[in-house]
Amino acid sequence: MDSASSETVPGPRSEDALPSSATAAVKLVVVGGFGVGKTTLVRAVSEIRPLTTEETMTQAGADVDDNTGVERKTATTVAMDFGRISLNEELVLYLFGTPGQERFWFLWNGLFDGALGAVVLVDTRRLEVSFDVMGRLEEASVPFIVAVNAFPEAPSYPVEDLRDALDLSTSVPIVVCDARKRESSRDVLMTLMHHLRSLAATPEAM
Amino acid sequence: MSGEGREWEGEETPERLYVITGGRTDSPEATGLDLVTLIVSRTRPGVGMQPEYTAILRMCSAPLSVAEISAYLGLPVSVTGVLLADLLDEERVQARNPAPALPDIALIEAVIDGLSKL
Repeated sequence: MDSASSETVPGPRSEDALPSSATAAVKLVVVGGFGVGKTTLVRAVSEIRPLTTEETMTQAGADVDDNTGVERKTATTVAMDFGRISLNEELVLYLFGTPGQERFWFLWNGLFDGALGAVVLVDTRRLEVSFDVMGRLEEASVPFIVAVNAFPEAPSYPVEDLRDALDLSTSVPIVVCDARKRESSRDVLMTLMHHLRSLAATPEAM
Repeated sequence: MSGEGREWEGEETPERLYVITGGRTDSPEATGLDLVTLIVSRTRPGVGMQPEYTAILRMCSAPLSVAEISAYLGLPVSVTGVLLADLLDEERVQARNPAPALPDIALIEAVIDGLSKL
């Protein structure tokens, strides 16, 4: 957020305004562990500087305070970085990068509702983070692909070895990317969209 | 700026959020707004209007998503949703609903076309 003097009106810079013809928006979600490069990927393809929005999750505590009988609630703020790509004069794509605390993503009703699909971004040094995420995406019926962010210092493995390590069905595409690069990140989104197209073309797979 | 692992920051105290919304906590589902519903102003801000409403009407002179409005206001999505529901009720803003959840081929093709121009 920019400096907030009383004269400052919050809102996008004029060059970030969407055309008035923008009528519909779609969303994709990038999930992955802490520091795997989600915001980097969003920044690489976004036409605006990534913004951060947040939601407060209130969970009823499992324990009840015996002294008062009042049910304890815990509030957690989940932040979400996102970027935007104008696809044409009418259609806008939003790309949401989830934060590190994966157990909260799926409490955010509305994040995955209506999302076309998801990219599971993985770091070969910490594959285990991805298992829970992929399981939850499957439960939520959100189609996804896996993108391996090729950190220079991380060991590289053949894609099929990674597929085995992730116990990933052959129907789920897996690609290697450099999330810092616009073209590479664009290709990740393209792979997801081609996967969605093939799913849509074979309705029995949905 | 990454927002990774951010905890409650204390600037937006629950009390302040309570005041902004008059204590209402409508769920986002109740308002029918999605994170990517595009909002466009239909009127100019009125005199004496609560500052958050004024800010929304100003920034939505061009279409803006609920997520962007929330980010620029620095308010949680659910609080932003309550404010937008008020403005929708008063017909001060228009909501352009997101593309259908189950993508048809045409929508997917449009996304692919757009991405290929990046």
